[in-house]
Amino acid sequence: MAFLEVSHIRKSFGNTPVLQGIDFTLEKGQVLSLIGSSGSGKTTLLRSMNYLEIPQEGTVSLNGEILFDYDHPAALRDEELRQKRLHFGMVFQSFNLFPQYNVLDNCTLAMDLLAKDQAKAARQRFDQAAVHKANQEVAKGILDRVGLSTKLANYPCELSGGQCQRVAIARALCMKPDILCFDEPTSALDPELTGEVLKVIKSLKNKDTTMVIVTHEMEFARNVSDKVIFMADGVIEEEGTPEEVFGNPKSPKTKSFLAKSLESI
Amino acid sequence: MELILEQMPIVIHSLNVGFLQTLKLFFITLIGAFPLGLVIAFGSMSPPLKYLTRTFVWVIRGTPLMIQLLIFYYFPGLVLGNPIWGGGESGRLAAASVSFIINYACYFSEIYRGGIQGIPVGQQEAGLVLGMTRGQIFRHVTLLQMIKAIVPPMSNEIITLVKDTSLSRIIALQEIIWAGQAFLKSSQGISGAIWPLFFTAIYYLIFTGLLTILLGKLEKKLSYFH
Ligand SMILES: Nc1ncnc2c1ncn2[C@@H]1O[C@H](COP(=O)(O)OP(=O)(O)O)[C@@H](O)[C@H]1O
Ligand SMILES: [Mg+2]
Repeated sequence: MAFLEVSHIRKSFGNTPVLQGIDFTLEKGQVLSLIGSSGSGKTTLLRSMNYLEIPQEGTVSLNGEILFDYDHPAALRDEELRQKRLHFGMVFQSFNLFPQYNVLDNCTLAMDLLAKDQAKAARQRFDQAAVHKANQEVAKGILDRVGLSTKLANYPCELSGGQCQRVAIARALCMKPDILCFDEPTSALDPELTGEVLKVIKSLKNKDTTMVIVTHEMEFARNVSDKVIFMADGVIEEEGTPEEVFGNPKSPKTKSFLAKSLESI
Repeated sequence: MELILEQMPIVIHSLNVGFLQTLKLFFITLIGAFPLGLVIAFGSMSPPLKYLTRTFVWVIRGTPLMIQLLIFYYFPGLVLGNPIWGGGESGRLAAASVSFIINYACYFSEIYRGGIQGIPVGQQEAGLVLGMTRGQIFRHVTLLQMIKAIVPPMSNEIITLVKDTSLSRIIALQEIIWAGQAFLKSSQGISGAIWPLFFTAIYYLIFTGLLTILLGKLEKKLSYFH
C-alpha cells in the first residue's frame, strides 16, 4: 500500500472533460513532478487532492485511509473537512499571502486558530499568549530555513516575489502537512528570482517530506524528482523516473512537449 | 455690517437648531444605511434575488432623491388616504430618514459589492488550505481587506450625504437651510435678510472638513498594506 493513492479521478467543467481517469501513487518522502502543457489539467488534479475542486469520480487515500471519496459524495462536516485538508499543504502560483499581516503573522495565524479550536474541542484550558509564543518559535525556525529570518516584521508588499513565495512555503510548512503541493511556484516570478525558490524547495527534500510539484522548470523537475508524470488532455500520457521520462520518453506527445520546452530556453 | 453683527446672535442660534436637525438626519441615515446596504449587497449577489434587487437599485439610483422624498412623504397621505407620518416635525424627520436610508443603502450596496467581489478568490483558498473555517477567513482575512477597499468610495458618499440632507427642505424639514431661509421673509424681528442663508455654507464646510480629516486618518491607518 502506497503512502498517497490517487485513483480514477474524473472531472468535467460543464461538458468539458478535464481529468479523464487519473491514477497514481506516491511513497513517503518522494517528490513527484507533474509536467504537461497548459490546460492539460495539472492544476485541477492538484486541487482535486485537497477538495478545492470536487471531481465527479475518484478517491484520494493517505496511509490506507480514504480521505476524499468522490464516488460516494457525502456532506463533510466543516471540522472533518478541515482535518482532512490539513494533510495537504498548498503553495499557489500567485502566493496568496495575507496582505494585512506581516511575514511572521502570516505563518502563525492559522496555527493559532487551529490550536484554539482543538483546545476547545478537547475542553482544555487555552492560554492564548503561551500558544502564540510557541507557534511563533516554530514559525521562526521554519522561516529561518527558507532564508527569511530577517524579514519577520515585513509586510508582503515590502517583499520581492521570490521572498513572498518563500513565505508561502514556510506558511504551508507551519501546518505540518503530510504532502506539500506546489502549483507552478515560480511561474509568477521574474526569471532571476526563480532560482532562490527552487533552491528552497529542493532543500526541503528529505525522507519525511513528500511533495507534488506542478512545474514548467524541466531542469529542476529532472534534478529533484523521484517520479515524473506527464499529463496531456486530462490523462497521464507517460510516467516514470526522471531518467525514463526525460532521457527516454516513449510517447510521441511527451517527445514533442519536451522538445518544445527545450526550444523555449 | 453693523446690522449683521446685531442680528448675528439670533441667527446663529436659529442655525444651530437647524443644524442639529441636519445632523440627526445625517447620523440616522448612516446608522440605517450601513446595514441595509449590506443586505441589499448580498441580495444583489444571490442568484434568486439578483434581478429584483438590481432593478430596485437601478430605480432608486436612477431617480432624484428629491422626488423620492416627495413620494415617501406625500404618497401615503394624499394617494392612499393614510397619512402615516402624521403632521409635525417628527413625522417629516421620519419620512426623510426612510427616504435617505433607502437611497443611500442602494449606493452603499454597490460599494460593498465591489469590495466583496474585488477580493481575490486566492485569499479564501489560501485560508481553506491552511485549515481555516469560512467564518475565520471572513473575520481574520477578508473583512479588513474589504474595509480598506471601500473606505475611499464610502468617504465620498458620506461627504455627499452631508450636503444632500438639505434636499429635505423640500418637505419642510426644519434643517439648517430651512432655518436660514426663514430670515428671508421674517423671523424673530429680522426680515429680508439673505446673508443667514449664505452663512449656512460655513456649517457645511466645517462639518465636511472634519469628516474629511477623520476619514483620511482611517484611510491612512489602513495604508500599511496593499
Ligand atoms: N473553474 C473552471 N471552470 C471551467 N473550466 C475550467 C475551470 N478550471 C479549469 N478549467 C479548464 O480545465 C482545463 C484544465 O485546466 P487546468 O487544470 O488549469 O490546466 P493546467 O493547470 O494544466 O494548465 C482547461 O481547459 C481550463 O480551461
Ligand atoms: Mg495550472
